[in-house]
Amino acid sequence: MADSSDLANEGVLKDYDESTTRALRTRVIDAFAQELRRDIPGCTLLTDKEDVAPYECDGLAAYRQLPLGVVLAESEAEVQGVLRLCARHGIPVVPRGAGTGLSGGAMPLREGVVLSLARMRKIIDVDPYARTATLQPGVRNLAISEAAAPYGLYYAPDPSSQIACTIGGNIAENSGGVHCLKYGLTVNNVVRVRAVTMDGEICEFGSLAPDAPGLDLLAVLIGSEGMFAIVTEVTVRLIPKPQVAQVVMASFDDVEVGGAAVAAIIAAGIIPAGLEMLDRAAAQAVEEFVHAGYDTEAASILLCESDGTPEEVAEEIERLTSLLVERGATRVEISTSEAERLRFWSGRKNAFPAAGRLSPDYYCMDGTVPRRAIGPLLLCIGKMEERYQLRCINVFHAGDGNMHPLILFNGNDRAEWLRAEEFGAAILEACVELGGTVTGEHGIGVEKINSMCVQFSAGERDMFFAVKHAFDPQRLLNPDKGIPTRARCAEYGRLHVRGGLLPHPDIPRF
Amino acid sequence: MNEFIADSMPAEIRTQTLDPRIETVLEEFKTKIEEACDRGHRLCIRGSGSKDWYGATRAGEVLDTRAYRGVVSYDPAELVITARSGTPLAEIEQLLSSHHQMLAFEPPHFGLGATLGGCIATGLAGPRRMSAGAVRDFLLGASILTGRGEFLRFGGQVMKNVAGYDVARLIAGSLGTLGLLMDISVKVLPKPSASATLRQEMSACDAVRKLNEWAGRPLPITASSWHAGVLTIRLEGASAAVRTACATLGGEALQQPAATMYWHSLREQSNAFFQKVPADAALWRLCVPSTTEPAVLRDVDFQFIEWGGSQRWLFAAGDDDSVRRDAVAAGGHATQFRHAKNGVDVFTALSPPIAAIHKRLKTAFDPAGVFNHGRMFAGI
Repeated sequence: MADSSDLANEGVLKDYDESTTRALRTRVIDAFAQELRRDIPGCTLLTDKEDVAPYECDGLAAYRQLPLGVVLAESEAEVQGVLRLCARHGIPVVPRGAGTGLSGGAMPLREGVVLSLARMRKIIDVDPYARTATLQPGVRNLAISEAAAPYGLYYAPDPSSQIACTIGGNIAENSGGVHCLKYGLTVNNVVRVRAVTMDGEICEFGSLAPDAPGLDLLAVLIGSEGMFAIVTEVTVRLIPKPQVAQVVMASFDDVEVGGAAVAAIIAAGIIPAGLEMLDRAAAQAVEEFVHAGYDTEAASILLCESDGTPEEVAEEIERLTSLLVERGATRVEISTSEAERLRFWSGRKNAFPAAGRLSPDYYCMDGTVPRRAIGPLLLCIGKMEERYQLRCINVFHAGDGNMHPLILFNGNDRAEWLRAEEFGAAILEACVELGGTVTGEHGIGVEKINSMCVQFSAGERDMFFAVKHAFDPQRLLNPDKGIPTRARCAEYGRLHVRGGLLPHPDIPRF
Repeated sequence: MNEFIADSMPAEIRTQTLDPRIETVLEEFKTKIEEACDRGHRLCIRGSGSKDWYGATRAGEVLDTRAYRGVVSYDPAELVITARSGTPLAEIEQLLSSHHQMLAFEPPHFGLGATLGGCIATGLAGPRRMSAGAVRDFLLGASILTGRGEFLRFGGQVMKNVAGYDVARLIAGSLGTLGLLMDISVKVLPKPSASATLRQEMSACDAVRKLNEWAGRPLPITASSWHAGVLTIRLEGASAAVRTACATLGGEALQQPAATMYWHSLREQSNAFFQKVPADAALWRLCVPSTTEPAVLRDVDFQFIEWGGSQRWLFAAGDDDSVRRDAVAAGGHATQFRHAKNGVDVFTALSPPIAAIHKRLKTAFDPAGVFNHGRMFAGI
């Protein structure tokens, strides 16, 4: 056990073609392939370099590693067989859905196998009466809502990559989305998960009945970044689709006044379906890009969505509008049609690509702070811009304090990248000090493993390892992600977008 | 403190210093746990004792949490309250109520002095459970003292937080088996601006069908009950939405304060159904898929149905195997909730691989088995 994971550890840092271990790798993979054919006839295994190359990274493209091989599982039995085989030989396994994650959670290990669940994409059942959908892990997030739409139902969590990301990956990351302030995260919307542990045992976590007996293992499995078990079947809760949605867009001439308006909305007892903010630099960047009609003179722009029955929305929009005016909004616009609502949103949803047009590279952060600290954090970031001599534009999920500062830099200038890294680390440290967290929704993966040392004590990190051990005593399932060892709170670097392009340029990111 | 923050943050936002008296209590707890761990003694974590009757066996010397009390922070605009585990639940609810906010999961108190710690540790929720969520859905962060006396903090005070495993939620409903809860951060919600309670007569079968159908439509139903031929539902939300829904659903309106008293009596189980305990009977809590036909469980006419059909109560002998068998066959589970018969499992047994994970988690948090030994399952 120790040997294999040590090999895997080193694998992250060494090159694929290192000749000293090439012969060993070939031997391991040949033996693996042979036993796989024997145990699970017909199971697809990719080992040729050109076949496995597409799997060398996820959405965090700066970190690449070719694995030993890639298994494309098509059934629970295959998943079980592969895990048993890997457990027997001490081969680490990295699960993978659509590979859209932004923190390197699905980055392969050199001595490990990637287990892709993308082919398990069957919608097993949509039950409108029970308001549930049962799915294989590779079903795309948006496909769930599409399948439920004929019944007037939908699946609420809507991460920005929802056209591509899978429900299995959503469970690994506890994905949120623009509407999670009102409708919750993945953990609040998944009722049951069937999964296979590394020793090949099939486990049922949660159920269609509430409050399953024993410890709430489902709650800790969700967001475990694929380190506890491989999900083979999921039951999600579907909820009635809101009949209407409307957006109020407000301008502020001061970021702190805008931040205070957000707090005032919540304090007034309103939980908007979405509450998003952009600072001036971000608004100017997106306006140039998509012409959403944003006020480019404003210090910050707030988008506030209300959804529900026509009566509810009318009542809420009226309250929101008067509150925003009272709280110093300099301009307030209400969407009058679905087309206009979508246009208001288009700016926010195109913030990442717009940043890509401003600068050769940008580096996206994902810290969360209490709402009251949004204004102070923005002032803080302003000072950091001077210190690090780099620009930063800010877009964020204001309703839940989840910030996405985008640090602009030129990756061809080594000194600039180093300053960007330091800038990013300083922002995350500030988030922790302000009572927040280093990642709100993108996950730790390999990217923020260093920042975990800032947020958690050694005792807490030890306990995380002990919890992992409870699910995966051999420490073979996606090892070395998420939790840094005491020995190395190493710097793995961060999302580094070359030439302004994300690895999946066609997927919206916000 | 980070140099950038030092000059931008207003003083009141900065981290508060710990009250020395509270620090003393914390140290006393630590010492007690360390001693118990070293000597192989057991401790029974207890607040006011309002839920002493819940769970399997109670063992060990009582560790009273009530000295560790007080609200640590609460800002209505953050929708989060952080309080110490020994804080009376009533005190927290009163504070929230003065800002028109609430614990949306409507925790039952089951006694005057119920504490926040007991509420989180038992993980019990009230009538709003199916529309708002369970205790674990609202638990954002918690610090604990482990079975070795280490002080560890998990989660935080923000709603979106995916750093590290979500250990705080694992602790909700763990019946004190993993650690002693210390500071607890819970998400709170605004109170609904309007509420209405409607009643209509119908059979259990029709009630379960209606509740499931309604839940698939955009109706603001936040609580339901059926018993003895009467379905009662609560609608809450924006006043316009509640008004429209009342007109759509029909039925006789239950006026205030009777409506509030009714839902309170369900939450606290103080109504006639729960109070009239037949001789030698246990109160069984059956959690089943909401669509479960009432007839597949026993005593159709005597069931008390809540949570849109997901939670059903009935009185039967504690050793009557058929109660649990029926619930499990329906895809659910059954708990001897109150007046449990000794020698019969209180909770439905776990599958072997799930039980193995439980054992290893217990070892991770509480290797010497100091806390609440056997309260959930033998050996956990």
